[in-house]
Amino acid sequence: MPNVVYLDNNATTAVAPEVLEAMLPYLRESYGNPSSIHTFGGLVMNRISEAREALARLLGAHPSEIIFTSCGTESDSTAILSALATLPDRRHVVTTRVEHPAVRTLCRHLHDTQGLRLTEVGVDHQGRLDMDQYRAAVDDETAVASVMWANNETGVIFPVEECAAIARDHGALFHTDAVQAVGKVPINLANSAIDFLSLSGHKLHAPKGVGALFVRRGTRFSPFLLGGHQESNRRAGTEAVPNLVALGRAADLVLANLDKENTAVAALRDRLERELLARCPDAKVNGDSAHRLPNTTNISFEFIEGEAILLLLDQHGICASSGSACTTGSLEPSHVLRAMGVPFTAAHGSIRFSFSIYNTAADVDKVIEVLPGIVRRLREISPFGRK
Amino acid sequence: MWDYSEKVKDHFLHPRNVGEIENPDAVAEVGNITCGDALKLTLRIDKATQRILDARFQTFGCASAIASSSAVTEMIKGMTLDQAAKLSNDDIADFLQGLPEAKMHCSVMGMEALEKAIAAYRHETLAVAEGTVVCRCFGVTDQLIEKVIREHGLTTIEQVTHYCKAGGGCGGCHKEIQKIIDHVNAKPATGKAVAASPAAQKRPLTNLERVKRIEEVVEREIRPWLRNDGGDIEIIDIDRAKVTVALRGTCSNCRVSQFTLKSVVEQKLRELVDETIHVEQVA
Ligand code: FES
Repeated sequence: MPNVVYLDNNATTAVAPEVLEAMLPYLRESYGNPSSIHTFGGLVMNRISEAREALARLLGAHPSEIIFTSCGTESDSTAILSALATLPDRRHVVTTRVEHPAVRTLCRHLHDTQGLRLTEVGVDHQGRLDMDQYRAAVDDETAVASVMWANNETGVIFPVEECAAIARDHGALFHTDAVQAVGKVPINLANSAIDFLSLSGHKLHAPKGVGALFVRRGTRFSPFLLGGHQESNRRAGTEAVPNLVALGRAADLVLANLDKENTAVAALRDRLERELLARCPDAKVNGDSAHRLPNTTNISFEFIEGEAILLLLDQHGICASSGSACTTGSLEPSHVLRAMGVPFTAAHGSIRFSFSIYNTAADVDKVIEVLPGIVRRLREISPFGRK
Repeated sequence: MWDYSEKVKDHFLHPRNVGEIENPDAVAEVGNITCGDALKLTLRIDKATQRILDARFQTFGCASAIASSSAVTEMIKGMTLDQAAKLSNDDIADFLQGLPEAKMHCSVMGMEALEKAIAAYRHETLAVAEGTVVCRCFGVTDQLIEKVIREHGLTTIEQVTHYCKAGGGCGGCHKEIQKIIDHVNAKPATGKAVAASPAAQKRPLTNLERVKRIEEVVEREIRPWLRNDGGDIEIIDIDRAKVTVALRGTCSNCRVSQFTLKSVVEQKLRELVDETIHVEQVA
């Protein structure tokens, strides 16, 4: 695929060259099992410890608080199910209406099949969490509150520290799905009330198939996968050594690039947004621009539909995503935009661009050059938005 | 990414007959912007020969909606009205070398627009009754659902959703869709042996019963549907058959624009509680 302009980094990211280098030896000669007694396997264990330390540095945590998993979804399930298992008298879960399916579907499933009480807290028109509703929702029956750190579709950042403190006041555990936030905003769990934090490797330039869960020291824990004694008996299954090493290397890199993410990457995003709004009438940003990930913008183009926009962008090698019905795999536009009360007319034509440090000014130029014409072309076909 | 045929891609990237005929002989609009796709079809018809001389479309929707619209206009140009009237949505899909099943509703939209335009030209009111809305999320009537089930031998709710979108939203209408599937697929002999509506078989309700039933129906049938889109409903007062409600939240963007929210609530309450119910809406 020559000349791809990849602006879909909230979906997945490129594996960083340094990360690939770091993991290759463990796909080639160093294939030992870290649980083995011989030196060949044992050496591999040291690399896993280093990866764990790197992740701990990134999160302001202690290495013993990091459990490696296979993906963000596994981390989410592990945290929420552990909270419910260790607080069996509490039968209430609080989450938000804009969570990723990894949390939302699980919570709804628990509600439907096990009769757990479930409260989904709403957001306002800018995608900001309704804190009054959240405060009212958490009570002394709440086992766990799960609130994402930042929303994948709009990039809006939630006040998770405040949410965690409120949960703690009620004796509830607090989990945050930080899959989109890690590497993009500073995170320091040292003096935090957050009990569980999920992250995913492939969102931060590690490969797919690896994630991690932070579990605060002293938090009672019930494992999700049972079997061998890996991960200090907290997650059974032979370590995916190359992936773990990769995630450790990626953690060091995103920590080093955090400033760049918040300056250079944010500047690219801001320029794209500014120029598109200036060049396309009836376009509008979804989400609170003041509290947003530096790499994400979600723009609605009225009167046209997202899948059509994406397919035409694809003709130019531009990769983005949409909250339109046709691209969500359902007939309804994204649950996030609906929860925000974005009118259907605008939700159908929403496009998300998400950047990484590998994007360039030329990428932005290309979209600015191409997209206004696509919008015009589709509006010429559309029966709506005419004078 | 959808797996579209070359023909779909071609008609999406190079749509034929885009636009609007000035002073058309027939025009039809189906779907609406809130539902995610809409099509406006205009025709030029030769009065003497009853032939379609020109057809143009404007479409809001995804690639297959645009391609289906383009295909319809290409197919019907030069046809007589009688020929065009026989076109089925399968013909449209075939013309496009097939559509993914989940996108069949796009071809149904093309067919609906054509039917409607021809009926308008002939001054027929399309199908005596329009039917009652079964799927409130997408404003789909029992008639259309029955039609797609019959024509395509559908047996599951999911298939019905693929063909006409009904059931693809909150899921509140799944039971009713299942009933229609069962009814259509039952032996023809069973005919119209649908259970009489509770409203029909009941002695008059006492006031207390009516209040309770209304509350129940609102709780069970109406609120979940509204909440799905971030809206809500509040019963302000029930005075015999007069129910005063406030509709809140994002309901103001209700996508079923051809049916007002109030009328949907009223229809549901009439059907399930009492035929005399009358709904008033306050801010
Ligand atoms: S009423 Fe049919 S899906 Fe909501």
